[in-house]
Amino acid sequence: MIGSAVPRKEDAALLTGRGTFVDDIHRPGLLHMVYVHSTEAHALVTGIDTEEARSLPGVLGVWTARDFADLPPRPSVPGLERGYLAGDKVHYVGEPVAVVVAADRYTAADAARAVRVAYEPLPVMATVADALAPGAVPIFAPLPGNLALEQQVTPDDVTADLAAAPHRLRARLVNQRCAGTPIEPYGVLADWTGAGPTVWATVQAPHRVRAEIAERFGLARHLVRVIAPDVGGAFGVKSSFMPELFLAPELSRRLGRPVKYVETRGEHMVHTYHGRDQIQDVEVGFDAEGRILAMDVTITVNIGGVPDPVGIGLATLTSYMLGGCYRIPKIAARYRSVVTNTTPTASYRGAGRPEASFLIERVVDLVARELGEDPADVRKVNLIQPEEMPYQTPFEGIVYDEADYPAALDLLLGELDYAALRAEQARRLADPAAPLLGVGLSTFVEMGGFGPTPLFEQFGYLGGWESANVRMQPDGSVIVLVGTAPHGQGHQTALAQIVADQLNVPFDAISVLYGDTAVVQEGTGTMGSRGMPVAGNAVRQAAVEVAAKARTIAAHMLEAEADDVVPVGDGFQIKGVPEATVTMAEVAVRAFKPHLLPEGTALGLEHTAYYEPKNLSYPSGAHGCVVEIDRDTGRVTVLRYVCVDDCGTVINPLTARGQIHGGVAQGIAQALYEKVAFDPGGRPLAASLEDYMVPGPLDLPSYETHHIETKSSFNPLGAKGLGEAGATAAPQAVVNAVVDALAHLGVRDVEMPCTPERVWKVMHDAR
Amino acid sequence: MIPAGFSYVRAGSVEEALDELSRHGDAARLLAGGHSLLPAMKLRRAEPGVLIDIGRLGELSYVRADGDRIAVGALTTHRILERDPVVAEGAPLLAAAARRIGDQQVRNRGTIGGSLAHADPAADLAAAVLALDGVLVARGPSGVREIPAREFFTGRHRNALAAGELLTEIRLPAAAGLSQAFEKFSRRALDWAVVGVAAQARPGGGTAIALIGMGPTPVRATAVEEALAAGVPAAEAARLAARGCEPPDNAVASAAYRAHLAEVLVARALAAL
Repeated sequence: MIGSAVPRKEDAALLTGRGTFVDDIHRPGLLHMVYVHSTEAHALVTGIDTEEARSLPGVLGVWTARDFADLPPRPSVPGLERGYLAGDKVHYVGEPVAVVVAADRYTAADAARAVRVAYEPLPVMATVADALAPGAVPIFAPLPGNLALEQQVTPDDVTADLAAAPHRLRARLVNQRCAGTPIEPYGVLADWTGAGPTVWATVQAPHRVRAEIAERFGLARHLVRVIAPDVGGAFGVKSSFMPELFLAPELSRRLGRPVKYVETRGEHMVHTYHGRDQIQDVEVGFDAEGRILAMDVTITVNIGGVPDPVGIGLATLTSYMLGGCYRIPKIAARYRSVVTNTTPTASYRGAGRPEASFLIERVVDLVARELGEDPADVRKVNLIQPEEMPYQTPFEGIVYDEADYPAALDLLLGELDYAALRAEQARRLADPAAPLLGVGLSTFVEMGGFGPTPLFEQFGYLGGWESANVRMQPDGSVIVLVGTAPHGQGHQTALAQIVADQLNVPFDAISVLYGDTAVVQEGTGTMGSRGMPVAGNAVRQAAVEVAAKARTIAAHMLEAEADDVVPVGDGFQIKGVPEATVTMAEVAVRAFKPHLLPEGTALGLEHTAYYEPKNLSYPSGAHGCVVEIDRDTGRVTVLRYVCVDDCGTVINPLTARGQIHGGVAQGIAQALYEKVAFDPGGRPLAASLEDYMVPGPLDLPSYETHHIETKSSFNPLGAKGLGEAGATAAPQAVVNAVVDALAHLGVRDVEMPCTPERVWKVMHDAR
Repeated sequence: MIPAGFSYVRAGSVEEALDELSRHGDAARLLAGGHSLLPAMKLRRAEPGVLIDIGRLGELSYVRADGDRIAVGALTTHRILERDPVVAEGAPLLAAAARRIGDQQVRNRGTIGGSLAHADPAADLAAAVLALDGVLVARGPSGVREIPAREFFTGRHRNALAAGELLTEIRLPAAAGLSQAFEKFSRRALDWAVVGVAAQARPGGGTAIALIGMGPTPVRATAVEEALAAGVPAAEAARLAARGCEPPDNAVASAAYRAHLAEVLVARALAAL
């Protein structure tokens, strides 16, 4: 089954409107929670008048920070503990200041508007430049200034190497802030019955959420049940520990009734954490062929008003991936995480790695431009060769697994018909009536398969492993319990394919369950492209054990040695004796008959496996983008988008394509459309989908997808992961194409998003 | 995305709608297709006390050829305008503008009267009606009156309807056989116009040009129209597109870019005539 493009098991329910999302769940006596959000970017809270709100019929109460003073703080950066609601001070527009609970959402929303918060404004610092300016007021109280973290990632000093390089160039690149905008916003329903709460939540790591809730409330974990039902997209933004995960259970406990919170779209744009937002200063030294000799990078990250434990350190991952798929002997990298009066930033699809890929891919293009060489040729000079794998990067512990980067680029150039595109580009350039043509390349590598445990512990997880229980039912069908919590990836389908191969049972006879801590043994979750490389291997390992036991039982039934029994058709036979067969269903039922089992064989046919990855995996590939630019308006149209991806073993080509499509769509969105912007006063300029430009299907091209399959030796399945590859590869493929189309004007860079107005201005200024 | 409380009445006839309007005064808003009003209410940009639903008044949904005029009922949907043969024959500019509104689900519900009365400065149909020199028919407590499109739009989201008046019909001079062009520049395929241009050749010669996104109301590009009338070549006349306009300068687009777009789009529209 591995390698078959079977349709998704998930789709029948989702496409007929039978999905169950948090907001679809109703409990008797349900109450609704709504936040009062800060309208100020930076201010002291001098008073909160809740009287009018409390007096509205149907309102059960209004709570402020002091009402939760006894609750231990949210998961935080040690020493920078954060509460649930802003206390004496607000740090950004959208920060929750108070919470209202009412019998219905309408009343709760009315009451939230009736809460009067008195603010005493403080100077607003909405940019890292303002926040780091001399004399800037510290924003987040435990910090003496706004530099929350300064990290030297490599001790390399490349000053001498840069000085010795035949050529050098500098660039400042901006990776703008983006919002996750899943179709389903954040939602929590908590029902504290008896000794502990059941919490339905739109999360990516239910067991981790259970652990954090249990810890806050001093409960043993078995008393807390966390369920992630159908989750309508997450993209990393549902891995942050939002206050509602704890406030809803606490208020349910206090009120003795279930409490639901579902974010509105407007709230999502200012309340749920954003991603990216890096300024990258790079200096690179190279030789006459474009061979990169050394690179010095300083990254400045805007982490928003309240430091998030993931957000504060994400640029570590950016630093690790700075070399891309190139042989760069020396890299010096450091980063600064800066507090500003904006919504906090944390994980968003790719979480730190797309920023690195963007940087190095833009740098390679700049090097090519500087030398007057073709960007494809400069890539070829620098690519790590397949025989160098596994490849030790300049960063300790960062070792790339098997891949053939040059083959991916060659396949891409062939599919693009690169030479013909260059000829067409020249023809159009000479014809003032023709739109400009640009071609952009992105030979990328990123990290997938998160773990291993020592790395994942740094992000607060119990481990970097994943768990799977494979349990054969007495009729030969199979239930799989897995610790991931997918939100669109299609794990029911892909994991069933893995089990089908190992157990020799039909795909339709396998169900995969996840997302409920009362059902699933333990789990880490779904993030960091770990589904197939980590959970896939856990499932595989468990299935291997079950298959071995089934074979032992089959051998007993056939009165043969286990080694002489082979899987065949729907069961087993004695090797070379086609009439001596037993079906899997017969074996399954036998597993529950103690008196008929071989001596010492345990009852049942199931196994739980915990798979710890040896290392990260490194999905890679080559993407190419062809754009057209309207010379009059500056509008960029993507004419073609060609992907060559190497995610190792492709479990299901259909769902793999889906992952690429979605990731590339978000990458093109970052390149051309999306930006979370603030005015100098910290007021959000993209607080609705009217202003935040999520592109629609008509704005995006058809994708041409190709795969090369270089299996990773780092795990038995040979899978590398794919969930974030598209979003990692696409922004720079598009931007490189835009800059390429404008290169004749002397344009070196266009900042994302390359909106029509921005491109028009660049063309206008260049003339 | 949670509206404030409101009460709701459904009008069974135009008369009932007028009665309800006079009863509730300023507290009331008319609900037609709801595609502007309901989102505004959910964002609490509008908090009407009473919604008077006129959406089911079939009597206001029609397209009629009326001699040298076309009469369009105020509750005619964008989707009907897109496909109606009378509109296609006599006012193809209106069909072209309707086709560029939102997606089909929006066009199935949104109405011409609702769009015009909402008076959004970027509304596609407003450009077409203004370029066609349409006349808007209002019914109120003191009877029926006609308001020329040029006088109808009085400000951003403001119109010339008096208290208690209901827009019932749009009358357009038939423009059969005359060329027209609608150019719209939006940030996404399905989005409001940043700038839009409706251009219509006139029966007696000359060209009418209306712009959206170039000020608080849709406006006629008078300078271009006059230059064309004076024999200035189209490409040159188009450079006057932004003259007299006060385009907004905001996060959607700068005033300078809007002015540039107006010139580009007017040139394209004139080239297409």
